[in-house]
Amino acid sequence: MRELKILAVVVALTLITYWGVEPFAHSQMHPHVAPADFKFNDVQEDIKDIKALKGDAANGEVLVTANCTACHSIEAKGFPQLMDNASAGAAYGVTPPDLGTSGKLYNEDYLAAFIKNPAKASKVEHKFVDGRAHPMPNYDWMQPQEIADMVAFLKSIAPKEMTNKEVYTNACQRCHSIKYGDMKGGSMAAFTSDADIKKYMGKLPPDLSQYIRSRGESYLTTFINNPQKHLEGTAMPRVGLNEEAQAQVVAYLQEVGDSKKAQREELGPKFLIYFVIFAIFAFLWKASKWRDVH
Amino acid sequence: MAKFEKANSVGEWLDQRLNLTTFNKVMMTEYWIPKDINFLWAMGVLLATTFGILVVSGIFLMMYYKPDVALAFDSVNYTIMQEVAFGWLFRHMHGVAASVVFLIIYIHMFTGIYYGSYKQGREMIWISGMLLFMTFSAAGFSGYMLPWGQMSYWAAMVITNLFGGVPVIGDALVVWIRGDFNVADATLTRFFMLHVFLLPIVIMGLIGLHFYTLRIPHVNNQSSEDIDFDAEAEKYLSGNKKESKVIPFWPVFISKDLAVLGIFLIFYFYLVFFHYNFAMDPVNFDPADPMVTPAHIYPEWYFLWSYEVLRGFFFDIAGVSAFDIGLIAFAFANGIFLVLPWLDRDPKILPAHKRPIFFIWFWILMIDLIVLTVYGKLPPTGTNAWVGFYSAVAFILLFVILPIVTKIDAKRRGSL
Repeated sequence: MRELKILAVVVALTLITYWGVEPFAHSQMHPHVAPADFKFNDVQEDIKDIKALKGDAANGEVLVTANCTACHSIEAKGFPQLMDNASAGAAYGVTPPDLGTSGKLYNEDYLAAFIKNPAKASKVEHKFVDGRAHPMPNYDWMQPQEIADMVAFLKSIAPKEMTNKEVYTNACQRCHSIKYGDMKGGSMAAFTSDADIKKYMGKLPPDLSQYIRSRGESYLTTFINNPQKHLEGTAMPRVGLNEEAQAQVVAYLQEVGDSKKAQREELGPKFLIYFVIFAIFAFLWKASKWRDVH
Repeated sequence: MAKFEKANSVGEWLDQRLNLTTFNKVMMTEYWIPKDINFLWAMGVLLATTFGILVVSGIFLMMYYKPDVALAFDSVNYTIMQEVAFGWLFRHMHGVAASVVFLIIYIHMFTGIYYGSYKQGREMIWISGMLLFMTFSAAGFSGYMLPWGQMSYWAAMVITNLFGGVPVIGDALVVWIRGDFNVADATLTRFFMLHVFLLPIVIMGLIGLHFYTLRIPHVNNQSSEDIDFDAEAEKYLSGNKKESKVIPFWPVFISKDLAVLGIFLIFYFYLVFFHYNFAMDPVNFDPADPMVTPAHIYPEWYFLWSYEVLRGFFFDIAGVSAFDIGLIAFAFANGIFLVLPWLDRDPKILPAHKRPIFFIWFWILMIDLIVLTVYGKLPPTGTNAWVGFYSAVAFILLFVILPIVTKIDAKRRGSL
């Protein structure tokens, strides 16, 4: 009985210390932020008129071909990348994305808002002041119907299924490398050269190989959804991923950064069962030895 | 030379040459331990086991680890964690054991304080134990450097900087410890050597010393009763096991230790598989970057209390700079436990619950240490800074008044 009381004291002190050092300190150092939502409320006012309309994909194709393919490739539709990544990075600051997958990856409302005003939609207006302009110009001079048509077209050409890695490559790799993603083979390096992306962003965007461990799933979920929430004034744009695509990005970071998770979870219970049995036998042995002395 | 006869078995052959029977008796079957003990007395065996886990897992990690600033981070997080079969298991076992070993050391240490096991006759047990604690701290710190993450780098920066506060030779000392003008490759390589060679050897030597110091004064017990070990051992050996106040290390004492060890290992492997994150600061999964200071720099949890004593003094007092006061307080905090046997002026060995004022002193110390630990992690701003200041002052005062407290207890009991 006495030993149980002592144990209770030891456990209580340990837990109080643990609570103070981990959950409590964490809550003090990392203020709570609102959970990720995919509503893009801050731009809804700007696209109200666009949303009221129904897009026409055929007309959108004409508009996209005329307005976008000077910079953007659409490999799926036979518009190849006009420059290699190095030249594109040097020309625009960052390599422009292929538009073939945008309809799948990005939220529909966000796409419309982004076409209209890229800096505002991606929440990086603070970067483009004093004559600096976002590499993609605003298309706010277009008719709402035209923007609706272009979004409809992008959605119509988007693939139905993409792997986690493809989503990551399309959404993140223009700026971020993730070298553990291909056994450090080089193919997961950022598309834009270090020098260009550093100039464009102000600093080199981090390699994301260990981000699942250095930031954790819940931080990543809120951060990708809206980088400004955790890092006010960051140069990282709000990318505008929809919920499904974002989940795939986080899943990919998990696959790369914590590739032995399944093995760990499979092996863990076996270890614990072994030591439970060990403890039972140890207690039985103890009882048999101490019977003589008590 | 001794007389050797033809041996009838390998055991006999060895016995003639190595005297194994006597060795076994002295070390195990007739090494006497008081019967009146609780599970807190099993902490020694838990520590020995945990140290064993650290050594074995460390050897496996060393096979793949690269002590080079360009390679270290990837060798840990990529090679060991993802390429090597079960490398992740060895790393998690090593990382979790490194943290848990301090939890057990603290339990072991405060058990000693509570039951007065550091007092008259047992000073060497206490001192060798404190030396072990200090060496473990150095090993923990040097090991934390090795993955070369952000916190590794900045913790090394902050801690090595402290030596700059040493009078006269401070600046030269910092350069000497780092092996460079900055925390750099030379620092990593030498900390690697310290962590995998010099400090483990010293720890093993000190563990030997710590065991040996127990031989003559013997292990203390729950009621701190002064036992005549020879007489009680006599009783035990004559078959009077129930009346004897002692038990042999093997198999009676160890059977209880193993039962406690079983519970401990369930807890330990639960952490290894399902909660390994608690022992690994997320910030350390960002590669070291000398150009970016982390928002908060703090050491591992087991150093937080003394770190808070260091930074608790955040304003200049009477012309002495805050940095110097903090440094003196830090040196005090890390040295004071060593002289505990002489601060306790009570001539009798008694558990804390039989020394009323000391009992209160003990629990205030525990609370103060927990407060220091928690506030050692929080940013030292506003109220936090003041909580840190007052609890650091309280820590120092506790040791200043200890001789008085223990004397009053003795007087009230009539033994002074």
